[in-house]
Amino acid sequence: MANTDRPLSPHLQIYRWPLTMASSILHRATGVGLAAGTLLLAWWLVAAAAGPQYFALVQGLLGSWLGRLIMLGFSWALFYHLCNGIRHLAWDLGHGFEKATAKTASILVISASVILTLLAWVLAYSWK
Amino acid sequence: MSSKPVKTLRSPLGRVRGLGSAKSGVSHWWLQRVTAVALVPLVLILAVVLLRIGTADHAAVVAAFRNPLLAVLAVLAIIAVFWHLRLGLQVVIEDYIHVERSKIAVLLAVTFAVFLVGALCLLSVLKLFFGV
Repeated sequence: MANTDRPLSPHLQIYRWPLTMASSILHRATGVGLAAGTLLLAWWLVAAAAGPQYFALVQGLLGSWLGRLIMLGFSWALFYHLCNGIRHLAWDLGHGFEKATAKTASILVISASVILTLLAWVLAYSWK
Repeated sequence: MSSKPVKTLRSPLGRVRGLGSAKSGVSHWWLQRVTAVALVPLVLILAVVLLRIGTADHAAVVAAFRNPLLAVLAVLAIIAVFWHLRLGLQVVIEDYIHVERSKIAVLLAVTFAVFLVGALCLLSVLKLFFGV
């Protein structure tokens, strides 16, 4: 019979979320989000191959306010996953495991993803 | 001084091959890294291209894909993206779906979807490049 009185180790909702924890789960979350968003990019590419009429329809939908909002989220997820992915490669080489370094790197990755997203959208609007 | 050989149930050949019980060794882990390294430059280059042609009309997009360098980079990126995505989703599915039947069904669905959408993307790039 199971002993239900034994103490349990604290689960996720008990911990105060350290930045490193958030940046770790964000990598997985953005990865799954990017997989879904890739379907939209694939749709855009297939539409371009299909012809001008269908392309205009897809371009119109992706260019709507909702389409732009989704693409904003997609671009941030892409830059986050890219920056944090480079961090993962550094980990694979044995770098960046110290507590202070890990926290600094989390701040760096999150800041870089936001800056790159803003830069991308400024460029997209200025090249339009 | 001679040390006794370490007791193990694994055969000497099995230890040399280093593939473990799943018979695939570290290939999943390694291929995720290979595709990741490939995607760093590919994503950065193609992001700039997409920002340029993303808001353009159809003729400009078609003209861009007539460039063999862009077409080749697009083909490579499509292969790397869908491969990387398939490996990543596999880990997520294996982590969160514990019912064997559902797990295998979802893994199969993701694999088929990856090949289907990946093939559609590749065909689209080829069609745009050759202009057929």
